[in-house]
Amino acid sequence: MTVMIDRGAGSGPTGPPTSFLEVRDLRVHFPTEDGLVKAVDGVSFGLERGATLGIVGESGCGKSVTSQAILGLHKGTNAKISGQVWLDGVDLIAADAEDVRKLRGNKMAMIFQDPLSALHPFYSIGTQIVEAYRVHHRDVSKKQAWARTVEMLDRVGIPNAAGRAKDYPHQFSGGMRQRAMIAMALVNDPELLIADEPTTALDVTVQAQIIELMVDLQKEFGSAIVIITHDLGVVAEMVKDVLVMYAGRGIEYGNAEDTFYRPEHPYTWGLLSSVTRLDRVREERLRPIPGTPPSLLNVPPGCPFNPRCTYRGRNGIPCTTERPELLASNAGHLVACHLPPAERSAAFLSDIKPNL
Amino acid sequence: MGRYIIRRLLGAALVVLIISFMTFFIFQVGPSHSGVKNAEAYFYVGKASTPAQVAVVAHSLGLDKPIYQQYWIYMKGIVVGRPYTDGSTTVQCSAPCFGYSFRLNTPVWDLIKEAFPVTASETVGACILWLLGGVAIGVISALRRGSIFDRAATIFALAGVSLPVFFTAELLLLVFSYGPTWLRLFPNVTYVPLTDNPLLWFQNLILPWISLAFLFAALYARFTRANMLEVMGEDYIRTATAKGLRRRAVVGRHALRSALTPIVTIFGLDVGGLLGGAILTETAFSFPGLGLLSFRAIQSEDLPIILGVTIIGALFIVLANIVVDVLYAYVDPRVRLS
Repeated sequence: MTVMIDRGAGSGPTGPPTSFLEVRDLRVHFPTEDGLVKAVDGVSFGLERGATLGIVGESGCGKSVTSQAILGLHKGTNAKISGQVWLDGVDLIAADAEDVRKLRGNKMAMIFQDPLSALHPFYSIGTQIVEAYRVHHRDVSKKQAWARTVEMLDRVGIPNAAGRAKDYPHQFSGGMRQRAMIAMALVNDPELLIADEPTTALDVTVQAQIIELMVDLQKEFGSAIVIITHDLGVVAEMVKDVLVMYAGRGIEYGNAEDTFYRPEHPYTWGLLSSVTRLDRVREERLRPIPGTPPSLLNVPPGCPFNPRCTYRGRNGIPCTTERPELLASNAGHLVACHLPPAERSAAFLSDIKPNL
Repeated sequence: MGRYIIRRLLGAALVVLIISFMTFFIFQVGPSHSGVKNAEAYFYVGKASTPAQVAVVAHSLGLDKPIYQQYWIYMKGIVVGRPYTDGSTTVQCSAPCFGYSFRLNTPVWDLIKEAFPVTASETVGACILWLLGGVAIGVISALRRGSIFDRAATIFALAGVSLPVFFTAELLLLVFSYGPTWLRLFPNVTYVPLTDNPLLWFQNLILPWISLAFLFAALYARFTRANMLEVMGEDYIRTATAKGLRRRAVVGRHALRSALTPIVTIFGLDVGGLLGGAILTETAFSFPGLGLLSFRAIQSEDLPIILGVTIIGALFIVLANIVVDVLYAYVDPRVRLS
């Protein structure tokens, strides 16, 4: 939380990056027959080595596209990408595709949501990890690579790793597959690990184990982690900073504890209100956020959240005409909302907090 | 795996048995020549025959027995051979006896043995050509979707699928055998056995290969393209890219491996089907393969030949099915291990 206070949305700062990972005004637009889909439209954040950032939002808010853009997975597609992604002093957007490929899976790795579909069904788990290792360690023999693979599988908690490495993805359980996926991502000791909804496809009982494993491994390997999720429980457990995204933009960004205990954006309030709580007496139904996320083809003018916001137009604030910028708020984090800070805090305390 | 193959072979034997019975039954019940039953006997006796003569011959050949008995004799003949007698002269048809053509005065098995190498030669070259060509075109089309190459490939595929073989074959002959002198690369296309002269064998087969492969290559190109497009959108392709693999490895090792699996299936069946004879191609080029054999047999109502070739053709398709299933299990571990 030290690096980004002065970084509002819009053009963002120029000059050399100060963080290990620094994303500046990232935009990913997809031209389609129906028009331009602005999947990510000006996102900025920073992350230090060994730290964890959570990106939170509903489906289709641009979380996954952001993470894939960092890895350069849109290179070679028709996506239009602008902005900067600095990783350890290198701008990945401007860099040569071949240079980014060499970093991919090596310095920066990714864990995907559904490990069954993300692993090739025709190759054994071991073979796939060996492949990931050898593509960045060309001088290593197959035997050495296999030994390294078994070591990694063992490290992520797969029992009888040497034997199971020969098994195919469909022979693993969901949790074991995700562990194998994590082993594959970590096999080259990446300094940046992006986890795209790593627990969404798993049983609730397994989710906690996977989170715990990631926290442990982060301590051991010291990687920076970007975890993308719509599960606020996951975020609360493991992140230091959190970025809440809506319609391709960051709308609230700051220290996790601060953001969760003193959220200032009506959308974040909605997210927090719709969390299932088992430790409370159920007095009424969950409070979903009314409406649906906007189409990224046709984002509402002004604040993109305005059609769903209860506070729209209060005291004549220009919600439907002017887009709010991500600015520092009272509580010490960044919020993109037209409501005056004092009013926001008051509304949270009176309307939202009692019901959380 | 061994058990699985044995089970499949037993099943296949049953299928061939059923097909042989049905074919036998249909041919015995169905056709008559100029209103005369027992066409075989009719051919045997000759054109200037009286019904009485035909009946005598039919009796001595066993054609007046009940169909199931005739079928039993036929099937037994395949295993141990059988004699054909008209009462005075007897010809021995040794095992495997698939019947005897009284028109050509030859056991059917001898005709099949003679024709099969021709059909096999056509099939082998054509299937290599269409598999490599079709898959390559399909992959490039998929990776460069919407490009000029892709569009040209679409036109090629459309032409291949819609132009009948007898047309493309005749067209090839017209240009390369009867065309302007400088284009006459293959004059007098005729079948030369591989054992006689490998070079001539190859040269003479080029046109048949091309005309056969054209149709299949077009189908395979479309099929490969569709499969590739689907596979390239899979999550595991994204994973492969995220690992930092080169595009070549992503396409070759990850995408193609999956896209080719369903192609193995149709490839096996197509090859099996072709081994039973490519009637149109063989007729167009006058290649004495199984297709031309059955075509001529149909023209002259030579039932034993039609029956024999049908059973052999069915056998190839059934065997091809087994090979495909075993290969599939080898390619896809999910099938192998369940």
